[in-house]
Amino acid sequence: MEYKDYYKIMGLPRDASQEDIKRAYRKLARKYHPDVSKEANAEERFKELGEAYEVLRDPEKRAAYDQLGSQWQSGQEFRPPPGWEQGFEFRGGGYTEAGAEHFSDFFESLFGGGFRTTGQRRGGFAARGEDIHARLRIRLEDSYHGATRTLNLQVPEHRPDGRIEMRTRTLNVRIPRGVTEGQRIRLSGQGGAGIGGGANGDLYLEVEFEPHPLYRVEGRDIYIDLPVAPWEAALGATIKAPTPGGAVDLKIPPGSQTGRKLRLKGRGLPGTPPGDEYVVLRIVTPPADTEEARKLYREMADKFDFDPRAQMPRG
Amino acid sequence: MIEWADEVLAELLDETRLLSLGELCRACSAPAETVVALVEQGLIEPRETGPGQWRFEAVALGRVRTALRLQADLGLNPAGAVLAVELLEEIERLRRRLRRLEGSR
Repeated sequence: MEYKDYYKIMGLPRDASQEDIKRAYRKLARKYHPDVSKEANAEERFKELGEAYEVLRDPEKRAAYDQLGSQWQSGQEFRPPPGWEQGFEFRGGGYTEAGAEHFSDFFESLFGGGFRTTGQRRGGFAARGEDIHARLRIRLEDSYHGATRTLNLQVPEHRPDGRIEMRTRTLNVRIPRGVTEGQRIRLSGQGGAGIGGGANGDLYLEVEFEPHPLYRVEGRDIYIDLPVAPWEAALGATIKAPTPGGAVDLKIPPGSQTGRKLRLKGRGLPGTPPGDEYVVLRIVTPPADTEEARKLYREMADKFDFDPRAQMPRG
Repeated sequence: MIEWADEVLAELLDETRLLSLGELCRACSAPAETVVALVEQGLIEPRETGPGQWRFEAVALGRVRTALRLQADLGLNPAGAVLAVELLEEIERLRRRLRRLEGSR
């Protein structure tokens, strides 16, 4: 397994005081908490931070960890030397169990002995299984048309000896038409297994949209930037605008400018009522890359009596 | 191993779906007192559909879970957790708006 440099993870020198360690943890916990941080691996980093703090905040564990020596590098192949923990007693300092996550193999190999969880938060022989919450990433098209997606879940399973094992479960899930970002799909009984005949928990899937190359989604409404030529905007035109259900004719009113929003009613995600598609015009000028083109531009400059900055203060 | 999720058992929690206090507590793995503390802070507002019968919009589920995580992981009290949830939602709204305005540039 890989060595973990807990000091490096917390950004601390090896002689940091317990006060330093506590302060560093609080600051980093706020920064890397998955609800606060937008980084893709926030959960991993937060878990890693928690593990590092669990060791360094407990003088016994910290001393034992320091005993391994400071010459190890993060990620290096590691095996604990036999008898390394002699002289130390690990009482159940406990992890902050926020769920069924377990610490790294590295931690388990050093401190695992006394830290089996009992498995169930609720007491008694028969208990309802845990609810599992997961995120389901779908494409806009999946919501527009409805779809079936395959989901791989890491499900914590409580072994008879008290350890927790992560098992992969594969489910096919139907995506309802018109589902919006943040909505949850509840699958009754698909959560953690019940104990002693208790009911299974539920599985909650929070829907998340993958970024789309064309559209941006807000609720059931979708937005698209549509490039148009200057003459299309100025004179008006009928052009084809993309929608998730296929291209539709869009009438551009004469005298349009960049930023103008045109509404295609009911062309957003389905629902009662369905969302709309908003087309945002972006005037793009043709490149002046031939002599002919440059001539035309100069003629325009001449013939138009137009100052785009007329409203701005001079000087 | 592929398991078919029976369509009958899959339920979309959309804006028309209301949750009872019991359902909300179960889904958040939290005792009623903890959830009620968040109601008192104004994080979520129940509709009274009958005497002493509270119903919550489905969106309450995500807000309560986030508030509880922040309390557990960062040591926030209910008032602080609620403020944090509200600020995080505002940030997310602004980010979405920004993405929309910056568009394909």
